[in-house]
Amino acid sequence: MKEYKYIGKPEIRIDGKEKVSGAAIYTDDINFGPDLLYAFIVESPYAHAMINSIDTSEAEKHPEVLAVVTGKDFPYKFGLYMQDRFIFAQDRVRFIGEQVAAVVARNPKAAKKAAKLVKVDYTEIPAVIDQMEAIKEGSDLLHEDLENYDHVPWFFPKPKTNIAHWRKIRKGETQKGFDEADYILEDTYDVPRYAHCAIEYHAATGLYDKSGRLTIWASSQSPHTQRHLFAEALKPLGFTHKDVRVIAPHVGGGFGSKAGVTMEILAAAIATKVQGHPVRIMWSREQEFYNTYQRLGVKTFLKIGVKKNGRITALDHKIYWDAGAYVEYGANVVNAVGLSAIGPYNIQNASIDSVCVYTNLPPGGAYRGFGYSEFLFGLESHMTRIAKHLGIDTIEIRRVNAIREGDKTAYGANMNPNGLLKAIDAVEKEIEWHKEYKSSDPNKVIGKGFSLLWKAPAMPPNASSSCFLKFNEDASINLLVSGMDIGQGYLTVMAQIAAEVLGVPPSKIRTENPDTDRNPYEWQTVASHITWGSGNAVKKAALNAREQIFDLVVRTKHLPKDSLYLEDEKVKCTQNPNFELPLREFVIAGIQMSDGTFKGGPILGKGTFLPEFSTAKSNPETGQGGHPNVHYTTGAAAMLLEIDKQTGKMKVLKAVEAIDAGKALNPDLVKGQIIGGLVQGLATVLYEDMRYGDKGKLLNPNFTDYKIPTAKDIPEKIVPIIIEVPQPDGPFGARGVGEHTMLPAAPMVANAVADALDVRIKSMPVTAEKIVLAYLEKKNNRMLK
Amino acid sequence: MKKISINLNGEVRYIYVEPNDVLLDVLRDKLGIKSPKSGCERGDCGACAVLIDGKSVRSCLVLAIEVDGQEITTIEGLSKNGLTPLQESFIEHNAFQCGFCAPGVTISATELLNKNPQPNREEIQEAIAGNLCRCTGYESIIEAIEKIAKK
Ligand code: FES
Ligand code: FES
Repeated sequence: MKEYKYIGKPEIRIDGKEKVSGAAIYTDDINFGPDLLYAFIVESPYAHAMINSIDTSEAEKHPEVLAVVTGKDFPYKFGLYMQDRFIFAQDRVRFIGEQVAAVVARNPKAAKKAAKLVKVDYTEIPAVIDQMEAIKEGSDLLHEDLENYDHVPWFFPKPKTNIAHWRKIRKGETQKGFDEADYILEDTYDVPRYAHCAIEYHAATGLYDKSGRLTIWASSQSPHTQRHLFAEALKPLGFTHKDVRVIAPHVGGGFGSKAGVTMEILAAAIATKVQGHPVRIMWSREQEFYNTYQRLGVKTFLKIGVKKNGRITALDHKIYWDAGAYVEYGANVVNAVGLSAIGPYNIQNASIDSVCVYTNLPPGGAYRGFGYSEFLFGLESHMTRIAKHLGIDTIEIRRVNAIREGDKTAYGANMNPNGLLKAIDAVEKEIEWHKEYKSSDPNKVIGKGFSLLWKAPAMPPNASSSCFLKFNEDASINLLVSGMDIGQGYLTVMAQIAAEVLGVPPSKIRTENPDTDRNPYEWQTVASHITWGSGNAVKKAALNAREQIFDLVVRTKHLPKDSLYLEDEKVKCTQNPNFELPLREFVIAGIQMSDGTFKGGPILGKGTFLPEFSTAKSNPETGQGGHPNVHYTTGAAAMLLEIDKQTGKMKVLKAVEAIDAGKALNPDLVKGQIIGGLVQGLATVLYEDMRYGDKGKLLNPNFTDYKIPTAKDIPEKIVPIIIEVPQPDGPFGARGVGEHTMLPAAPMVANAVADALDVRIKSMPVTAEKIVLAYLEKKNNRMLK
Repeated sequence: MKKISINLNGEVRYIYVEPNDVLLDVLRDKLGIKSPKSGCERGDCGACAVLIDGKSVRSCLVLAIEVDGQEITTIEGLSKNGLTPLQESFIEHNAFQCGFCAPGVTISATELLNKNPQPNREEIQEAIAGNLCRCTGYESIIEAIEKIAKK
């Protein structure tokens, strides 16, 4: 492989100094001065109810209140993939916490106080909070008007049902595949909802100034998509895209929760009613839990048929999602999973039904892993169970079936080059899979768990990225991009890419968070595509600048173009070792000719990227024919789990995860993703659990009752492994890894528990209590026999 | 309203506070010190930690009126004369991703190292167990502190 100067190196983060010194500004740190107003939201106390009337008169009388708004002020819909949601509820509420009105006051306490004076008269109607109930014939409908909702063409809602989208895959002949099988395993798996728990709350401040400009400062993964949705939703007020501006400061964690639009649209809308004043809206931790996207709950029915040698002959995967009251973003999770719930396996016959169901719980949306964690829990549990039944090694069965380059995916496209087999080998070796592990404590046992992972970026076929690159007088560079550094190190890696192409060290490149007015378009920072997509745009911008530099040198110095190269901030020439032209001498002011005139001018690079081969067009009944996913990232993971037989208490002794990054542009940052993602994944299976009451109320919306891991709860040892099988169309071969790192955690734990105690936990989270109960039951049964 | 004085990052500041004003809000909104963050407002996350007379305290649980006459240090204060070795070590070890927890973690780690310059891994884990970080998985944070401890 080619030796790079800045690529593949652990360059330090360019936001480092800012973030450790207290200089980093997050959305709520911006100072808006004494004229700042505060909005407080009146929320629905019912999961499902009709709104008979709203009386705002008392609230309006409060001396510090400037405005009270309700659904009547904004009868406008929004939604990224499915327009099923109003900014404020109109005549009906569909989840506890839904926005009904807002009160704007000079200080937060007054806003909160006045909000209590808004009187809403509701008639409660039956709530449907279980997706399996919701799809039953005759179930109460959440959206009677479903057939009239605008949505992307690759969604297939079923009018007069609670099904918002149904992604079908039919590959080969599934029944024939099962007929050929020597063994068939059929079972169900349950995964509850989860919360993102970014430590920074959602925050947004809107300002509709006297010139008619609407600016929103938001903690955001999607500045341009937000601008688009704001402009579209508020079009009736006369806005066009150029009038709406989103500025995104540092983001204190996203994990999908700050993708698309949730509460930010409230700031945009409310601002239009208090022209001239900035108005701030910020969630509390409690609202973070019940009023932003959550990870969708899911129930899966999985059936796999295999030959004696472990070769899979058929798969039937039925996946029912509890997508919540509005599925404007979450339906795409359902879609993405439908396309990929075959797993990283080469299976000729497969049938997948991924069904997006409305329930009266808060809207589900993107969460790191975008649905893959959920189906992999069942699929990878199943693979281990099948291997055990057949007496095949659990890793071997995966090797036998692993998808290879050129094999057909579920929807019939070719699998990209990938390092799946290499990842399997690396993990097997590092964990010493064939070694017997025994605890020194007789009360404890050690189980080994294994899982594969794969994931594709889930994005529309025309998700595009762009970059402007401008040189400064000293040949330092400002890179203008619109991806978000939500912690993964995006800004640093983009600088490394430009540095490599232009021979300018990353320390001389500044990349900052975007402002949609100044920075060029980026779809969103989601899907783990940003290194790949935006990285391609940055690389093109750098190449474009290099081209301009070379053209100018050819024109003025009369050297052959193909003899020129860039190194150490200078133009050099292979034919003339004495030729050295420092960039700083001409990138702004041009090159002086012998007659005293100058040629050239400021060098400005431009690069755009759109995956032109991608299409979501396919047969709705089979899913065949399109190329919806640009590529897959693959990997493998294993762990040693120590379990106390008496209490079920678990301790992860060692976890190993290998990911095929294509090319790790910054290996330290990739390793940081692996460790952070794996711990987040382990949290969902070991600690976290959203509990809802039967009336649809979240019972544990705080960190006291919803536990996320602390520094004391992490594995004793995590070994991150990077595999590099280049992605042909990636920048320097790179593909994304951010979300993937959490995917294998849940099945790995379930498999380790089964290995240690021979009990199979089929619902998440895998708690000590569940383990002990299952273990005792097994022991008792054995005694009875 | 009551007038109080605090020594904030080495400078004496006088302010008027209501009896129920929370220190975190006063620092952020009245004194313009933005590094202490709000992540829960009930003592669970540690994002709001500051040093009060050298002790790491969750500023969301303290009334401003209680700190009259005391010395408060935030990370803005730590890096007054350039970054501390701990802060440098955080950068070197990528001990943050989104960075939102970094001020609170830094405060907890500073208190630990002041009390115990050579903590072992368990002591480090214990010291920062009250600081939630959703991004890093803590490993890099522990390493960054360990590195300083060894020096
Ligand atoms: S905000 Fe103070 S501990 Fe969370
Ligand atoms: S770095 Fe994001 S919360 Fe710690």
